[in-house]
Amino acid sequence: MTMIFGVPMQALFGQLLLGLINGSFYAILSLGLAIIFGLLNIINFTHGAQYMMGAFVAWMLLNYAGIGYWWALLLAPLAVGLFGVIMERLLIARLYKLDHLYGLLLTFGLALIIQGLFRNEYGVSGLPYAIPSELSGGQRLPFMFLPNYRGWVVVASLVVCLATWLVIEKTKLGAYLRAATENPTLVQAFGVNVPLLLTLTYGFGVALAAFAGVLAAPVYSVNPNMGADIIIVVFAVVVIGGMGSILGSIITGFTLGLIEGLTKVFYPEASSTVIFVIMVLVLLVKPAGLFGRTA
Amino acid sequence: MRAQLLLAAVLALATAGSVQGQTPVRIGVLNDRSGVYADISGEGSVVAARMAVEDFKAAEKGLKVEIVSADHQNKPDLGASIARQWFDREGVDAIFDVPTSSVALAVHHVARERNKVLVDSGAGTADLTGTQCSPNTVHWTFDTVALANGTGGAMVKRGGDTWFFITADYAFGEAVQRDTTAVITGRGGRVVGAVKAPFPASDVSAFLTAARQSGAKVIGLANAGGDTITAVRQAAKLGITEGGQALAGLLIFSSDIHALTPRVAQGLVLTEPFYWDLNDATRAFSDRFAKTFNGKKPTAAQAGVYAGVLHYLKAVAALGSARDGGRVVAGMKELPTDDPLFGKGTIRPDGRKIHDMYLFEVKRPSESRGEWDLYKTLATIPGDEAFRPMGEGGCPLVGRGSVVRLDRAQP
Repeated sequence: MTMIFGVPMQALFGQLLLGLINGSFYAILSLGLAIIFGLLNIINFTHGAQYMMGAFVAWMLLNYAGIGYWWALLLAPLAVGLFGVIMERLLIARLYKLDHLYGLLLTFGLALIIQGLFRNEYGVSGLPYAIPSELSGGQRLPFMFLPNYRGWVVVASLVVCLATWLVIEKTKLGAYLRAATENPTLVQAFGVNVPLLLTLTYGFGVALAAFAGVLAAPVYSVNPNMGADIIIVVFAVVVIGGMGSILGSIITGFTLGLIEGLTKVFYPEASSTVIFVIMVLVLLVKPAGLFGRTA
Repeated sequence: MRAQLLLAAVLALATAGSVQGQTPVRIGVLNDRSGVYADISGEGSVVAARMAVEDFKAAEKGLKVEIVSADHQNKPDLGASIARQWFDREGVDAIFDVPTSSVALAVHHVARERNKVLVDSGAGTADLTGTQCSPNTVHWTFDTVALANGTGGAMVKRGGDTWFFITADYAFGEAVQRDTTAVITGRGGRVVGAVKAPFPASDVSAFLTAARQSGAKVIGLANAGGDTITAVRQAAKLGITEGGQALAGLLIFSSDIHALTPRVAQGLVLTEPFYWDLNDATRAFSDRFAKTFNGKKPTAAQAGVYAGVLHYLKAVAALGSARDGGRVVAGMKELPTDDPLFGKGTIRPDGRKIHDMYLFEVKRPSESRGEWDLYKTLATIPGDEAFRPMGEGGCPLVGRGSVVRLDRAQP
C-alpha cells in the first residue's frame, strides 16, 4: 500500500473526503452568516439554533405530517426563513442604530432560549432521521465506502453556494444588495426599499441555515444541541475568511473542512482545536481575514 | 394591620414548631442538565432523589431534607466551583450523581477537602475507588473495571479477539480503554489500534472509517451518552456492521438504546447494573418514576441516585447529624445496603458499592414488545466477580491501614 507520511493513502483520501463533507456544512452556514453580517451588520448568533430548527422541522414534517425529505428540503427553509423574517421585523430591526454588541446579545439570548425549549421537549439523545431511499446505499470506492447521501451533501451545498454567489455578484437584485451594504442612505434615495431588502436578506440567510439543517438531519441525527456544537467552528470560519466576504466564506468553509479531516488522520486529539489555531494565526497576519477588506 | 401581625406570628410559630427537633440535611444533585449526558442523568436524577426522600419518610424520622440541583456542563472547573459554593456557602451536606469522570474527580477532591460527602452514580472511572480513593466518597452504580469485565470479557469469549478503540478524549475514555485493554490481553486478545476522539463529538465518521480500515473484529466505543448514540448511528450508515465488524459499547444506558431503537442497536452486547424490567421491585419503581417524568424509564445512573440517597439518609438518621461527612460515609460503609433497585449489598472500605452486574443483549425489533422493551439478560455477574478486588486498586486508605496493623502486630 502506498504510504504518505506514514499514513496509508487510502486512509488519507477517505478522511479528506469526509472532511469535504463537514466543509460543506461550514460553507453553507458561514455563507449565511457572511450575507447577514455584510448587509445588516448583525452578528447572527441565532444561526446555530436556526440550523437546528431546520433539522427539527424536517423531522416534524416526516413524523407528524408524513412529508418526506425532498419536500422538507424546500419547506423547512421556507418555514424557518419566515420565522427569521418575523424575528427581524419584531426584534432585530430595532437594533440597527445601536452598537454591534446589542445585536450579539439579542441573537445569543434567543439562541439559548430556542435551544432550551427544544431540549425540554425532545431531550438530548437525538432523534433518528432516515436517509431518503433514493440516496441510501453507497459506492465502494477503491479507498473507502462512500455513502451516496454524503456525496449528495457535497454536491447540493456546492450548488447552493455557487448559486447564491452568482445571484449576489451577477444580478440586479445582487447589485442593490451590494450597493445597500456600501451606502444604505444613498440607495434609499434612489427609491429602493432598503428595510424590505434587509428583512428579506435576513430571511434568506436564515433559510440557508435551515437548508443546511435538513441536509445534516440524516448525517448527524436531529439534536437540540447540534447547532451549538457547530456554530462556534462556523464563526471561526467566518473570521478566517473575512467578515462579510461571500466568496471568502465559501472557500474557507470547504478548505477548513479538509484541514480538519487531515488533522483527524495525523493527530486526532487536535481535530477540535485546529480551526481555532488557524484563526489565531490568520488574525496575527491578516486581521481582516483572508478575503476581507481592511477597513 | 393587626390581623397581618397575628398571621405572621402564627406562621412563625408554626414553622418553628416543625423545624424544632429536626436534623437539616441538604442534598445537591450535580450533573449534566443540557449536554450529551443530560438524558442519562439530568433532571431524572433529581426526580429519583426526590422519590428516595419520600420513600425514606424522612420527616417522620426527624430529618428535614432539601434538594438542590445544578448543571456542571461536563466541565471539571465548573463542577468544582459549584461544589465549593454549595459546601461553603449554601450548606449542602452531600453531592449526588456527578457523571463525567473528569468532573467527578474534581468534585471528589473538593468533598474530601471540606469533609463532606460525594455519592457518585453517573461517573465511570474506577480511580475514584482506586489510586485516588477518599474517605468521603462512595462510588455507587458502576465503574470502568466492571464494564470492561462484563462487555470486554463477553466479546472476547465470542471470538472478538482483535480490538480498535474509539475513545472519548478525557478521564473516562482513558480509564475504560485502559481497563478493557487489560481484560482483552489477559484473555489472549490484542488491541490493533485506538484513536482519541474530541469530547463531545458530533461526528465520528472519520474515526469509524479508520476503525474499519484497521480490520479489527471489534470496535470498542470507549465513550458514553450522546457520543455513543452518534457513533452507533453513523456506524450503521457507514455499513460497518454489514462489513462483519462488531460494535462494543463499553458504557451504554437504556435511554441510549431507547433513542437508537432496537432496529439500529439490535444485537449490541452491554453491561449495566440496573434495568427497569429486572424484577417486580424495579418495575414498580420504574412505573412510578415514569409517571412523574414524561413516561421515561429510569437509567442506571438515576436508579443509583435513588438508592444512594436512600442509604445516605439511613446513615444520617442513625448518626443524628449530617455535618461530619467522613463519619457519615463511615456509617454508610458499616450499614449493609438494601434497596428495591440493587437488592442487598455492601460498601467496601475503599468506597466501592458492591452489587451484581448484568450482561444484556439488545433485542431484535421482532422480540421487542414495547418502546421500552429493550434488553434480554445474557448473564448475571455476581458482585464479587464484577468489580476489581480491593487489593488491586491501589487505594492508599486500604493498603496503609493493613500495613500499619501488620507492623504493630510485630513484637
